Amino acid sequence: MDLTIGPNQFFWATDRWAALYRDLAQAPIDRVVLGELVCSKRLPFYQDHIPDAVATLLAAGKSVALTSLALITLKRERKQMAELAEMGVEIEVNDLTALPFLPQDAGFSVGPLVNVYNEGTLAWLAKRGAHRVCLPPELPLKSVETLASAGADLGVSIEVWGHGRLPLAISGRCYHARLHGRTKDNCQFACDQDPDGKDVKTLDDQPFMAMNGVQTLSDTYASVAHHVQALTQAGVSALRLSPQSTGFIELCHLYRQLLDGQIDGPQTAAAIHQIDGNARLSDGFLTGQRGADWSGLTASP
Amino acid sequence: MEIVCPAGTPAALRAAVKAGAHTIYCGFADESNARNFPGLNFDRNEMRDGVSFAHAHGAKVLVAINTFARAGEEAIWHRAIGDAQTCGADAVILADPGLLAFTAHHHPTLRRHLSVQAAAANADIINFYAQEFGIKRVVLPRVLSVPEIAAINAETTIETEVFVFGGLCVMAEGRCSLSSYATGQSPNMNGVCSPASHVKYSQDHGVLDARLGGYTIHRVGKNDPAPYPTLCKGCFGAGGKTGHLFEDPVSLNAERLIPQLQKAGVTALKIEGRQRSRSYVAQVVRNFRAAVDALDAGKPLPEGMLARLSEGQAMTTGAYKKTWR
Repeated sequence: MDLTIGPNQFFWATDRWAALYRDLAQAPIDRVVLGELVCSKRLPFYQDHIPDAVATLLAAGKSVALTSLALITLKRERKQMAELAEMGVEIEVNDLTALPFLPQDAGFSVGPLVNVYNEGTLAWLAKRGAHRVCLPPELPLKSVETLASAGADLGVSIEVWGHGRLPLAISGRCYHARLHGRTKDNCQFACDQDPDGKDVKTLDDQPFMAMNGVQTLSDTYASVAHHVQALTQAGVSALRLSPQSTGFIELCHLYRQLLDGQIDGPQTAAAIHQIDGNARLSDGFLTGQRGADWSGLTASP
Repeated sequence: MEIVCPAGTPAALRAAVKAGAHTIYCGFADESNARNFPGLNFDRNEMRDGVSFAHAHGAKVLVAINTFARAGEEAIWHRAIGDAQTCGADAVILADPGLLAFTAHHHPTLRRHLSVQAAAANADIINFYAQEFGIKRVVLPRVLSVPEIAAINAETTIETEVFVFGGLCVMAEGRCSLSSYATGQSPNMNGVCSPASHVKYSQDHGVLDARLGGYTIHRVGKNDPAPYPTLCKGCFGAGGKTGHLFEDPVSLNAERLIPQLQKAGVTALKIEGRQRSRSYVAQVVRNFRAAVDALDAGKPLPEGMLARLSEGQAMTTGAYKKTWR
């Protein structure tokens, strides 16, 4: 099974952003999706560095795709989409708005924020040129099995969310700005101080979510540590790891060892806690009663 | 402008038609529609009779089949689409690309509307859906301002329908997993958000807590009004602040924006609330029908027409005003 690195969901300083992709070029991963997923206002800060990052990753033998925005509404965002499609790099579609912009006959991939819940949608996307689909994290294992099987017949590789804070919602409104008493249009980049999102707790002080600009994430870091065998048997061809600010390259190595059978699920979970002692894990979307559940013995949410 | 009104039951459908709704939307009593609550919605016979009743009174019926079909079980959704056509529905409201493709192929004469659950928020994607699946109308997401709606209408010939009254979804619809993360029940897969089955209230020392899926998201004095604990309108803490960090427990009321929405080229005004009583539905419909009739006659809007329904409940124009963002 391959390891794909999803687009960084957060607003990092340009140096830190560029360093991530230099480090990933040396990491035991197969594919990198980069670019701006969450907020069109962030892209100008680092877009000039994208061609260098792409070149470095390609030179290191990684396959590369550029993500579309997750929610395209404004004229500026449609223009950004059109420019992205002209860069000559494969596009990962995370809002179906990207589809009419893609060059004719160009293959594309589909990210986890597109609603691919069933075989009909998968077949429609395949017919339009999709060759790889990362399924929505919400899907249970049974759906993953059915779609991986359908994907095999259609020539579409199926990827699942392997590790990272779950993208739970996206809005036209910026909650990060609202927290700081500002509006989206005058946000003053309220999200740039929170490299893994801003923790949101319940009234009992229970960790629950994280806000990241217009996006809402889970507090827990989803991990498929305990399900690699089931996913392999289902025919899933890649796991997606979502960048985080602490120990991300170590995590890449860890999941590589897990896929190679050098460590098992509990060892992986234990090692994740070595990297970040505060990390709470979940795998409930895949196998539990609810998304926040964790099937492991430690660090339940 | 067309008034599109919800009906959770056959009785509500008849009440809405009699109150002057141009169009009713409803769904089958299963997971194929996004208001899959116990005791709501229509079996096949009720749907057929409801459509006949509406047609006899000059009203149309739209059938919402707007959840995302479950892998391996698409036949349930395919059957709902075929049955909607057999029952005489004037259109189906769909969100799932797989179901749109199925309908365009197998039921080409059945009119197709794009559900708000598809979160089509710009003219490019709307025109693409029209070209790909032959949709005739799009229900716009509740994250757009009035000028953005006008800009969309300037770039598409597809009819637009917008929400004017009722619940307010603040996340892009069809792309929100908050409910399934906390409760296991999903708007996309189960047609359910923040379900009552997962709500628990507890009272201690004069304080009433509301929990959803084990998460405490409301806390009020026992004699204070306790809003229903919907996740995005819950009370949370972050960065040293506690409050309604995403949205206040408010409802949408865009009655005063009707003239602007008409100017923006909107075809239909949608009222939310298939879980509401028939008397509520009838009253809201009467008021909105009076408003569009007045507008058509070049008269001013009736004053404060929904004051009674709004009593005690905070109202917002939501994203229609740009400052909301």
